Amino acid sequence: MTLAIHLAYWQQTIIKSIGVLLCVLLPAGAFVNLFLFKMSSFMQSRLGPMEAGPHGQLQLVAEVGKFLQKEDLVPAKADEKLFKLAPYLIFASVLLVYVVVPFGPDAYFTNLDVGIFYALAVSSISVIGILIAGWASANKYSLLGGLRAAGQLIAYELPMVLAVVGVVIQAGTMNLQGIVVAQANGEIFGFGGLGNPYIFTQFLGFMIFLIAAQAELTQTPFDMPVAESEIVAGYMTEYSGLRFLLFFIAEFASVGAFGALAATLFLGGWYLPIPGLDIDANYMNVVGPLILFTKILVIAGIIFFVRFTYPRFREDQLQKVAWTVLIPLSLLNIFATAILKVVF
Amino acid sequence: MRRRGRLPGAAWLEGSYTPMPSKPKVPGLIKGLGVTFKEMTKTMFPNEGAKKLIPSPSKGAHTVQYPHVKEAPPTRARGVIALLEENCTVCMLCARSCPDWCIYIEGHKHKAPPRREGGKERTVSALDRFDIDYALCMYCGICVEVCPFDALFWTPEYEYSEPRIADLLHDKERLGEWMDTVPEYEPYEAGSEAKVKKLPKKGAK
Repeated sequence: MTLAIHLAYWQQTIIKSIGVLLCVLLPAGAFVNLFLFKMSSFMQSRLGPMEAGPHGQLQLVAEVGKFLQKEDLVPAKADEKLFKLAPYLIFASVLLVYVVVPFGPDAYFTNLDVGIFYALAVSSISVIGILIAGWASANKYSLLGGLRAAGQLIAYELPMVLAVVGVVIQAGTMNLQGIVVAQANGEIFGFGGLGNPYIFTQFLGFMIFLIAAQAELTQTPFDMPVAESEIVAGYMTEYSGLRFLLFFIAEFASVGAFGALAATLFLGGWYLPIPGLDIDANYMNVVGPLILFTKILVIAGIIFFVRFTYPRFREDQLQKVAWTVLIPLSLLNIFATAILKVVF
Repeated sequence: MRRRGRLPGAAWLEGSYTPMPSKPKVPGLIKGLGVTFKEMTKTMFPNEGAKKLIPSPSKGAHTVQYPHVKEAPPTRARGVIALLEENCTVCMLCARSCPDWCIYIEGHKHKAPPRREGGKERTVSALDRFDIDYALCMYCGICVEVCPFDALFWTPEYEYSEPRIADLLHDKERLGEWMDTVPEYEPYEAGSEAKVKKLPKKGAK
């Protein structure tokens, strides 16, 4: 980092920790307020929360306060240590994804050479957390939910990774910062006015990534792990109070995390191809995060739009979509990308 | 394997048998997205003409913001049960027919002066206690149906929640107050006039 003041390592660590927490909590809060409270309400011809603050804008504060007041229950037969650990594990996996997301030319927490590999690897830690939660609750609904989640997340991890491979081939790097620069400087068949956001050349990959992300986030229509009409709330059944709140925040923060990954991989990250916007300039460290946040909002908007429209899949249909449609398509995409990369 | 339309004599099944869709119905999926999007814009931008772009969801939503705006319930809504005390003969039919046993009745008999000069003294039943516990009541209305003397009435009032559950036990004074809110019944359909319940005249008590 090119900072004028020299900070000790521990000072930098504190600043970075607070930064990551903000990056996780701000989008999560924005999504809950904007999409869960308001967009879903409008789609159902109602108003949503209206009492707390003007048009219910302070409802989020009230909700958090409510969860903090609740009793922290642990079932008598639960494996107490694992039961208490699980939500933190899931929350940590979301925090770790944000570590590699670049927000500007110098605004990043770390700049790993294998950034996207790291992000995808770390995001699948949440599977372990969910399995632990399902097992440690000593509840058959929780166990069913945990197993469903494990099957689903592993099935959809594959098309997601394979969809990303297309981008990696085209950019020639796994470094997320490098992928952003490659998109900013790229050309589509000799036309460089837009740069080359990979949504144009990797549209199939983008669609597969979005569908797989929807499933990874266990959002409807892929919400069998928490299907409330079948298995109460899945692996979250026995959780209450702060721990349930952690699950809830992790759910919405990971929408932000996958949104950030999708925006970085396919929409050009923190850069917009507007003439006059200098990719190396210092002000991009302020403008970049705003651009990225707008793109995350668009991606999250699509995810929630789909969530509030479709009914739930059946378990076997879900697996069928992953293994017989998405994976062959993404393999085809890799194949085509590799050939075109060599030809051009 | 199920073969379609090959079974002899099963021609009538044609059309009623719907196989699983063999390919994903993508146009239908997009149409679904359109439905939710249209509903959202209809709720957010209900205005017509020049003001079309001003969002005013409060106007577009089909819901009513309850404590601020109140909807009038239909006149036959089952809100709360009112008691007309002087019609009650302490026959206990309502208490016995109540599935939840939420009606508590106590009464006594006393002598009343004769109706006419020189007549015999009458024995009259009087209510000491008539309580309905609305914490238990399931609003089935059997007590209203079963009452042979028209002492119980439905009223559409619904705002009587209490912070303490014990306060949901309404005594006969409280139940009597609800009488003021009993609506005039609409006439039933033609031919059933004989069954129309006569409402007691207001202020009869």
